[in-house]
Amino acid sequence: MLAQFLQYLFSGITIGATYALAALGFTMIYNASTVINFAQGEFIMLGGMLAVMFQQAGFPLPLAVLLAIIVPSLVGVLMEKTVVEPVRSAETVNIIIITIGASLVIRGVVQVVFGKGAFMLPSFSGDTPVEIGGAMIMPQSFWVIGVSALVVIGLWYFFTRTLTGKAMLATSFNRTAAELVGINTSWVLWMSFAMSAAVGALGGVLVTPLTMTSYDSGIMLGLKGFVAAVVGGLGSGAGALVGGLLVGVLEAMGAGYLSSSYKDALPFVLILLILFFLPRGLFGSRQTERV
Amino acid sequence: MMARTSTAPATPVLSVRDLSINFGGVRAVQNVSFDIASGCIYSVIGPNGAGKTTLFNLITGVYVPTAGEILLDGQPVQGQPPHRLARRGVARTFQNLQVCLNMTALENVMVGAHLRLDRNVLKAAFRWPSLRRADQALHQEAAELMRFVGLEHALEARADAMSYGALKRLEIARALAMKPRLLFLDEPAAGLNPRETLEIDELIRKVAASGVTVVLVEHDMKMVMSLSDRILVLDYGKKLAEGTAAEIRQDPAVIAAYLGAGAAGETS
Amino acid sequence: MIRPVILRLMALRPATLGLVALAVLVLVLPLVISNSFYLDLVIRIAINAIIVLGLNLLIGFAGQISFGHAGFLGIGAYASAVLPTHFGWPPLLALIAGAAAAAALAAVMAWPIFRLKGHYLAMATLGLGIILNLIFRNEASYTGGPDGMAVPAMELFGLQLSRDRQWYWVIAALLLVSVWASLNIIDSPFGRALRALHGSDVAARVVGVDIARYKMAIFVMSATFASIMGSITAHYVGFVTPNIADFFHSVELVTMVVVGGMASVFGSLLGAVLLTILPQALATFEGWETVAFGAILILCMIFMPRGLLPTLAARLGSLRFAVARLRAGRSAGESDS
Repeated sequence: MLAQFLQYLFSGITIGATYALAALGFTMIYNASTVINFAQGEFIMLGGMLAVMFQQAGFPLPLAVLLAIIVPSLVGVLMEKTVVEPVRSAETVNIIIITIGASLVIRGVVQVVFGKGAFMLPSFSGDTPVEIGGAMIMPQSFWVIGVSALVVIGLWYFFTRTLTGKAMLATSFNRTAAELVGINTSWVLWMSFAMSAAVGALGGVLVTPLTMTSYDSGIMLGLKGFVAAVVGGLGSGAGALVGGLLVGVLEAMGAGYLSSSYKDALPFVLILLILFFLPRGLFGSRQTERV
Repeated sequence: MMARTSTAPATPVLSVRDLSINFGGVRAVQNVSFDIASGCIYSVIGPNGAGKTTLFNLITGVYVPTAGEILLDGQPVQGQPPHRLARRGVARTFQNLQVCLNMTALENVMVGAHLRLDRNVLKAAFRWPSLRRADQALHQEAAELMRFVGLEHALEARADAMSYGALKRLEIARALAMKPRLLFLDEPAAGLNPRETLEIDELIRKVAASGVTVVLVEHDMKMVMSLSDRILVLDYGKKLAEGTAAEIRQDPAVIAAYLGAGAAGETS
Repeated sequence: MIRPVILRLMALRPATLGLVALAVLVLVLPLVISNSFYLDLVIRIAINAIIVLGLNLLIGFAGQISFGHAGFLGIGAYASAVLPTHFGWPPLLALIAGAAAAAALAAVMAWPIFRLKGHYLAMATLGLGIILNLIFRNEASYTGGPDGMAVPAMELFGLQLSRDRQWYWVIAALLLVSVWASLNIIDSPFGRALRALHGSDVAARVVGVDIARYKMAIFVMSATFASIMGSITAHYVGFVTPNIADFFHSVELVTMVVVGGMASVFGSLLGAVLLTILPQALATFEGWETVAFGAILILCMIFMPRGLLPTLAARLGSLRFAVARLRAGRSAGESDS
């Protein structure tokens, strides 16, 4: 009984960590620009796919992982410059469509280059499961959870203790005011895309040894990461973390105890419930419209 | 035109009792009470941030008060949403303009008549003759209203092509299309030059003469003093004074807080 | 004889002219097209156009967002597949049942969903669509699962609709009625209230529009449209798979609205034409099809954010203005000489 519960719990926290990283990516970009980047999932996918490519090309694993994070962040900056900058002031629907367009381009290119197959990355420290309370946990799970935790702490430190990070936060509160005190807000914008892509790609790399990767694995990851971000409250870093873990654990529990074929539906049922009762998410702010 | 003397009121058309609202820690409006008699021109003045627009938003249902009562013809209406108040004959314009820029000027005015029309979608889809006739009549009426407010040159215009001053008048035309009993004008003269201000002044008198009770928020003291039957002065969300223009001009608290000694000399 | 006709036509409003042109096109096309592949393409375009018209009322005119609309298509499609096949219902009744179910779902979901705005609204509608898709995918005993199921032919007043040409006339008639109804609705009190809601919901509220009710009404209307067209698609194709209700299809539909022209009835038609033909044209380039679609979305949003038709109409307008000025300048010059 307990073993089963722990199994599901760990499974949920592992995938939840990936969702949390995706959600953090959404949050960073949303804070810098109020844009929801529907291509976030593709950055996660790129991380996994590129890691496989570099590793299979003979690069040592650490280097492959590093490149698999750097390249997507460059893609993120490119995307910001070419796709997001021109339409900053457009209606929400238009912006959503343009980021969906970008995700299609990225996914299409990957499909052309790599085909439709699924790819595997070797686990970072072997495949011998570790036993905890009767549950069998893959060592890669610890990598996912551990590295994600480090990233979260690192981001927290960056945004609250460093000047650069605080400048980025300031831009999210009030762009004009930030510009007036000399913060280069367009730098903040492409930096947030780069960071968001890097964080997402890292998540993708970490989880690939467990779930494999393919050209379309970004879609659901991205959507669920978006759900996690909204559940936590768009724009809240703590919310992204909590939202990601919540979505992951709920999904795993539901798959285990209720029905595995509907496991993909659970995050979306959750989001509907959250949006109905807490329209701003768990940590989102209440706003009154000034008329 | 001399300010009209207020006769002993019957049930005031609008009564506000101890109205308050807090936004987080900010007490934007605190325990404000006043009555407005039917058919008069009533102004609300006060420094910026005094809570005038917030008061309007409370009375017209955009905000829900934290405490207090709003009585329309003696019936409590606080907390009711704007579309319900519209049914009771309450209309308003906005300080920051709320115009539908995706429509033509004429259509904006026509929307004002929303409650008076047949809004059935099936009849609309199949071009029901009675609906078409009513729409045709509305076209004429809206054009008339635009002429009434001085927008005869903009009958064919799109709302997004009109100037700020024209849009302010468009909002008034839209509000009049509701055939309201109470019209709330939020800073109708803001952003207008002296000539335009005079035109608005005349327009307000025309509207009041037709029987509509007009409530105004305004900063232009000359206009307020000459136009209003009664004036309410707010400061920091609280009622500072209330009375006729003459009474307000001489109220020492008002002079100290708002008009300033020099201005008191100018307006007398 | 031609001249009075042309003068009559020029006196019509552009919208009426467009409707007349469309009617002519619809009547003439079957004479010109004999190839059944192209006829099928035209029918699919018409079906998409009707769906997009309904969606445009919601997105373009009322200013809301729906990224789950394909879910409603799925409800109609599967109602028309499952009810006759497993329960012996007559197809017409199944279509009505599907429409009623879609309407009911939209009505129930409307109040909680349309309190939301912007990204939250997009997310909620997206979630709804995905849940519906998963239901169709998983309930294999009823729906045939990911592989789908066959749909019996539609019976209309005892006549079985099975040949392309029969379907063409039915769908063409539906299209003309839909365009006409949409144009009428837009220029009516209901339609103006809807557009006001988009322009300034505060202004709409203040003139008496119960915006919650209106949002629900338009959501229910466009969901019902979608369901009916889902049923029709199912009967026409003869087969239905869960892909009809997937996220990508929802995105395609929204794209047709936005690219063709939000708040433009004929823009919706244009959007449907372009974005039905495009995947067909690109089908041979696997993978590149996705890239091309994405690139087109990006370029459209950057260069024509209001959509193809409104942008073209604006260019045409300024062109006509320039020509008129040129003419005025020239005649003034001539009268001087």
